[in-house]
Amino acid sequence: MTPLDFILVCFVISIFAGALGSLLGLGGGIIVIPCLTLLLGVDIRYAIGASIVSVIATSSGAAAAYVRERITNLRVAMVLEIGTTLGALSGAYLAGRISVHWLYIIFGLVMCYSAAAMARKRSQVVSDDGRPAPWADYLRLHDSYYDQALDREVVYRVVRTRIGLFLMYVAGMVSGLLGIGSGVLKVPAMDLAMRLPIKASTATSNFMIGVTAAASAGIYFMRGYINPFIAAPVAAGVLVGAVVGSRLLGRIHSASIRIIFVVVLVYVSVQMLLKGIHG
Amino acid sequence: MDTRFAGQVSEDSAEKFTHRTETIISGILRIGVLVSLFLVMAGIIVSFFYNPDYASSSVQLQDLTRPGAIFPHTPGSVMAGLRNLDGQAIIALGLLLLIMTPVIRVGVSVFIFWHQRDRIFILITATVFFLLLLSFVVGWTERSGWSEGHNFLNNYTHGLEQK
Repeated sequence: MTPLDFILVCFVISIFAGALGSLLGLGGGIIVIPCLTLLLGVDIRYAIGASIVSVIATSSGAAAAYVRERITNLRVAMVLEIGTTLGALSGAYLAGRISVHWLYIIFGLVMCYSAAAMARKRSQVVSDDGRPAPWADYLRLHDSYYDQALDREVVYRVVRTRIGLFLMYVAGMVSGLLGIGSGVLKVPAMDLAMRLPIKASTATSNFMIGVTAAASAGIYFMRGYINPFIAAPVAAGVLVGAVVGSRLLGRIHSASIRIIFVVVLVYVSVQMLLKGIHG
Repeated sequence: MDTRFAGQVSEDSAEKFTHRTETIISGILRIGVLVSLFLVMAGIIVSFFYNPDYASSSVQLQDLTRPGAIFPHTPGSVMAGLRNLDGQAIIALGLLLLIMTPVIRVGVSVFIFWHQRDRIFILITATVFFLLLLSFVVGWTERSGWSEGHNFLNNYTHGLEQK
């Protein structure tokens, strides 16, 4: 394989990963890393470095739309970013200190969890459980947004801010450790714990992902994990793929197609686990 | 709409101001992403221009992608590479701009909340901004990479001179 072939193959794989990620609502990173490591034999640390850059590109590119639609809860995002950036710093710091085997194993487990989360059908939880929320009151986190499907303004209260902050630290750590956006952990933290409506959780999570990724990307860049020759086609490819994916179909709702993807994701996560165990 | 001298800013207009400013910033960030991607593309083209054998020989790939490969990943080496019009350094500059994009975004948020005199959120956004800058500092202390030793910059600039 010549360097030209490598760049082209990386680019095409990343377009595919970005499109699939956006169709499944998982993001490109969790798909592009196994592709690079298992298919192309790229060192997982370079795969993580390339992926984290692609996550920033996708999130920053998409942020504009989310803010314009006013679904994003900007104040919640700012508060929780303290948790995610602290977590991302810890994760990226750790990634340089644990063995590559553990990176594969943790990646396999997180990927398995993501597949399971995707399979589970999301239903809207009761928005307000009436518990007192002194922190959210003080920080004025309660908000509303206009829901086009319901054709009305949805007003909601935010609760359990401190638990949310802690969960965001964990999500940020996974993001920093593995070079993924970890929206699959951020959304439930807001949706289930803090009781934001699912649309607001998703938009706010997407909004925070870029800032979270930047916190670990700084470490990765300086440490020499972001190889220009690998990161360039991956970042460009995932971004193109994400744009194509979001324009193409919207999210995949068909249950049978979802099941197929869940099976594929579980299979790939087992491959990653095996690579971690056997080397 | 100048609210700076209005004393108590109404919550509704503050909200509108935040969203309008955020929309503008998001637009700027989109441009930031496009500019960095343009630099990345340009860097790839320059790399192939200076190394025509990248398209025909498979010997080089190992050197470019092996663990501990030599490429610019510190401000100093990126600058050194740019002076030599090194393709990898142009790509690295584009990637660095991409990484800085959310950092700039958070920095601007600090000013938005300062404009609104929202003390607690000035503190919150400033903390996030500080943590993002800390990332580069932590990375800086580990800049030697994982296997190339401490004379990385020498190796890289020496490689540039040989081209």
